[in-house]
Amino acid sequence: MAGLSAINPQFLYVCAGIFLFAIGLWGTWLHAHYVRKIISLNVMGAGVFLTLIAVAYRGENLPPDPVPHALVLTGIVVAVSATALALVIIRRLEDATDE
Amino acid sequence: MNEAASVVWVISLPLLGALLATVWRQRAATIGWISSALTAGCAVWLLWVVQHAGVQQLALGGWEIGLGISLYADGLAAVMVLMSSLVVLGCSVYARQYFRAQRQHELFWPLWLLLATALNALFLAGDLFNVYVTLELLGISASALTALGAKRAALRAALRYLVVGLLGSMLYLMAITLLYAAYGTLNAVQIAEALQVNPLGWAALLLMLAGLALKMALFPLHFWLPPAHSNAPAPVSAALSALVVKAAFYLVVRLWFEVFAPLTTPLLANVLGALGAMAVLWGSWSALRAERLKLLAAYSSVAQLGYLVMFFPLLMVLEGEARHWLFGAMVLFALSHAFAKSALFLAAGILMQYAGHDRIRELSGTTQALPLTTFVIALAGIALVGLPPSGAFLGKWYLLDAAFKTGQWWWVLVLVAGSLLATAYVFRLLGHAFGHLPAVKRPIVAATQEMPALALALLATFGLGLGAMSLWSWLAHTGTGAGL
Repeated sequence: MAGLSAINPQFLYVCAGIFLFAIGLWGTWLHAHYVRKIISLNVMGAGVFLTLIAVAYRGENLPPDPVPHALVLTGIVVAVSATALALVIIRRLEDATDE
Repeated sequence: MNEAASVVWVISLPLLGALLATVWRQRAATIGWISSALTAGCAVWLLWVVQHAGVQQLALGGWEIGLGISLYADGLAAVMVLMSSLVVLGCSVYARQYFRAQRQHELFWPLWLLLATALNALFLAGDLFNVYVTLELLGISASALTALGAKRAALRAALRYLVVGLLGSMLYLMAITLLYAAYGTLNAVQIAEALQVNPLGWAALLLMLAGLALKMALFPLHFWLPPAHSNAPAPVSAALSALVVKAAFYLVVRLWFEVFAPLTTPLLANVLGALGAMAVLWGSWSALRAERLKLLAAYSSVAQLGYLVMFFPLLMVLEGEARHWLFGAMVLFALSHAFAKSALFLAAGILMQYAGHDRIRELSGTTQALPLTTFVIALAGIALVGLPPSGAFLGKWYLLDAAFKTGQWWWVLVLVAGSLLATAYVFRLLGHAFGHLPAVKRPIVAATQEMPALALALLATFGLGLGAMSLWSWLAHTGTGAGL
């Protein structure tokens, strides 16, 4: 299969990233439970990060582009902090006794 | 001192304040209002610098553009920074009294100053990725502040607010990824120069618009706004309604008219305008039916943001001088709403502290008990309806004028219906407030709470209305950025 070997790995990674992003979007929108929404958001984030990493690839013998990698790092930090905050609020909500 | 320093100070002063307030908890309130006062002073300085020395562009730490953090201050950005700093200052003075003897006050100040930092950094970001970071900072601090309400309803609203905010940012980040893949840069000016009309650009534009529409609560994505804005503590509600949604709107303006200028079409603008029109009608109708004052104020925000989006289809078809003036009118409308809505929420907070509730039906006698607060509500109402001499009146007048000039008369119908509904909800509120109360209690309300609300309401009505001309002509001619 000559055609198959022509498929560029970078293209596959980008497709996988967009697929994860779409699944995450779907999950965030449709799941009712907030823990599931948070997990879906993280799946969405993983999709974006995968796409960014694939974008950084510049060719066989070239070093990857560092800028998208820096963006991924920043993005992960943000995602972790936001997830932590969301989980704290979910726990507070479960402990809250009023109403 | 170096002129460009003003750009840095409006971001670093509140950040410094946030750090100090975290470390030095007993003095958090003092640190809070002092640093917001200093920030407001720097914002005035920034406006002066932009007015006299032109657009300020700064690459932090000497890193070349494309790698480091670049800041960009033109007239629009400077005006937005000044607006947000003034609202933050007003709310800070108010919050000192509001949180007195409350457990949350030590938690409030660091988050509050972080919110101010994020807002100013967002208005001045010259780089699409910095915009993402500031958006996240804004969303996280805003939802943590909402959660300070501590009731179940507030926690639930904060959680939904956080999730919606994160979803919006993720859509935005994906759009950035696509743009970086295509053009190899994230600098707004460089992307604007390189942008081509192709499916990838379209995908990026639509993802960004969807994400920001979610964050600015554009109809039908407004579902999260009323619970979040009505359950937060009063100064937080004021900032959320006046500033945080306005930040997303500011980004839409920047992206639409500058970065994505070649891609935007009248068709897409009409879709946005139609959503805005529905927001005006639905938001005003819901505000009229609201049982609680804070809910009324929150729904009225949905409507007011709708008006702002209705400017888009008219701006697309106008050209030259008329377009610049209409753009100025849109900014004036946004500023006017910011001051009026923050004043209304602060007044609602005073009412809640006094009466223990904000149920509109049971507000009778407020006038006798709290004359100044009622006056603030009336002034804010004038600005929300768009009566002269408020800034909103001038904004609406130009919208009306442009709608007739371009033959798009249907927007006028929405404008009239929305204004009538707004009149109805403001008068319903005032009608209840002026109701007779047999025994007049003498309330103890600190002047430091009523005065900031009054100052903001006066800015919205008389300040912007009467002082509009110089600001407006400047905005119309030099204030707008590269694309206009």
